[in-house]
Amino acid sequence: MSAPLVEVSTISRSYSMRSGMFGRATAVHAVDGVSLTIAKGETLGLVGESGSGKSTTGRIVLGLEPPDSGAVRFDAKPMAAPGTAAWRAQRARMQMIFQDPLGALDRRLPVATQIREPLDIHGHGTPAEREERVRELLRAVELTPAHGARYPGALSGGQRQRIVLARALATKPDFLVCDEPVSALDVSIQAQVVNLLCDLQAQLGLTLLFISHDLRVVRQISNVVAVMYLGRIVEIGSADDLFARPEHPYTQALVSASPAPGRRSAGRIVLAGDPPNPAARPQGCAFHPRCPRATARCASEVPALSAVGGDRQVACHLVTGAQTRDAA
Amino acid sequence: MSPLVSIAGLSVAFGGAPVLRGVDLALGKGEAVGLVGESGSGKSVTWLAALGLLPRHAKVSGSVRLDGRELLGAPAAELDRVRGGRIAMIFQDPASALNPVLTIRRQLCEALALHRDLQGEAVKAEAKRLLDLVGIPDAGRRLQAYPHEFSGGQVQRIMIAMALAGNPDLLIADEPTTALDATIQAQILELLSTIRREMSMAMVLISHDLGVVAENCDRVAVMYAGRIVEQAPSNQLFADPVHPYAQGLIGALPPLDGPRRRLTAIPGTVPDPAHMPGGCAFAPRCALAAEPCGLAAPSLALISDDRTVACIRAEASRRALLGIAAE
Repeated sequence: MSAPLVEVSTISRSYSMRSGMFGRATAVHAVDGVSLTIAKGETLGLVGESGSGKSTTGRIVLGLEPPDSGAVRFDAKPMAAPGTAAWRAQRARMQMIFQDPLGALDRRLPVATQIREPLDIHGHGTPAEREERVRELLRAVELTPAHGARYPGALSGGQRQRIVLARALATKPDFLVCDEPVSALDVSIQAQVVNLLCDLQAQLGLTLLFISHDLRVVRQISNVVAVMYLGRIVEIGSADDLFARPEHPYTQALVSASPAPGRRSAGRIVLAGDPPNPAARPQGCAFHPRCPRATARCASEVPALSAVGGDRQVACHLVTGAQTRDAA
Repeated sequence: MSPLVSIAGLSVAFGGAPVLRGVDLALGKGEAVGLVGESGSGKSVTWLAALGLLPRHAKVSGSVRLDGRELLGAPAAELDRVRGGRIAMIFQDPASALNPVLTIRRQLCEALALHRDLQGEAVKAEAKRLLDLVGIPDAGRRLQAYPHEFSGGQVQRIMIAMALAGNPDLLIADEPTTALDATIQAQILELLSTIRREMSMAMVLISHDLGVVAENCDRVAVMYAGRIVEQAPSNQLFADPVHPYAQGLIGALPPLDGPRRRLTAIPGTVPDPAHMPGGCAFAPRCALAAEPCGLAAPSLALISDDRTVACIRAEASRRALLGIAAE
């Protein structure tokens, strides 16, 4: 494994939220002590349900939001202070792709102009070189210069997401954060974009943080997968192994809830209860009220993320290394 | 056995652009049928048209029969008895289907008063029974609550309760779990299948998620550009898809176990209804398209007892699939 490009150490972020107009402000811990490393050229997949803090993690890693505590290191250097020249130089090397391409594009500008914008902002090359780079980027995402002259409204959802991808690649970044990049697309178009992303990653040696609730897409693209629940990582491990043998009861339920053609729902783990509310985080293990195997200890003590063999780490009192693996 | 609902040659056009181009579908009593396809393929429009829920400028033709009685062009009074009474529908976004300023009890009782001959206390008791049935804890007290006091999964449960108010023979579930998280989706799907079994109700499950449909339906119809292109029992369709589009959809789905493979993306995009290609609508994206594909649109033809496919290259496509499997 090569040196890590991104190192995140115990970042936390909380927001204050009022319940009702006169309610007291309560702290919502969106991200709570998350540590990750992403090796150069690899993809880390981040999965979890809404409110699990996966998007906030992505935004902190990218420096769009400062962490309350903890630190992010990019290419062995700490993140520069926002607004400085060093920060801008660093930001040109990392880009983000969002779920809704129409929201990320300006509807009143031809898409080629929008692809060129980052080059103008960061002052890359002469105008002629920028034009050439835009054509090159359009080709890279399998579109033609004719597509570049169009407005976002005249493109299909898949084409728009390609434009967003082309724009993100304009400054030749080393690192991309993709937040649900294919969730809004139809299955056949989703496959086109996933394939394109894999190809571009191989060609350009990109490092990716891939955030999605879709386990299938995450497995397809990731080397390592981290599962988040209420702001914490509950399980992390290599993609194939993690989905083949999930250890944490929450990961097991997630994998089991993912419907598969050709398999009837017999033996499915259906979790009771509602999705967790980050504003009312349960004591102890946050998952214990919904966990089918919870014990008294789970309600009082927060489990730490610890290695259970191989490259797998699990935060669960019931999963402790080799003996549980053999039993399962 | 005569079908509960039979749709024949159903076509819909908006401003001259055809969005539904001759749909034939029959549904038996108590049967669960899945409709899959991409956005714009006409999955939802089929049922909106069948129940007379499309705006007036939509041009609808063909025939939709419920127990042999024609629904298209039926008088409003008759349609009102069918909608919510014999055929109920639930939608993707349950929150927008409920009135935010009325309590759940008011809304449930409204549906009960319309479709059931109940008075006074009996209505309230029935409303409580329905909430219990869909698994809302503490139903008696929760009847007083407003929609915003429930989570997304619970709101969908309430929508299911309202749909069940008229004891329908058929429930149309239009992407019922798309807006929900994975673990909540599993809860709702389990609830739907339990209710369906207990009430021996037929169901049409509309979804873009092949996995959801495969697991919850007896039979699946794949739609493309306003037509059904393949119809088969679920297990057969997913094990051995025949239409190149159905094959493409299944190949585009990343596997959750086993070796990773490159996804087989279908090139191009869905055709614009205003500029529909002549002949088979899928031909421009199809790897197996031959000259005759551009001439006439293929109609659904039987390929075995219970499977129909609309593709003149069906045999070739089946061979191609087996060839790939042999490699």
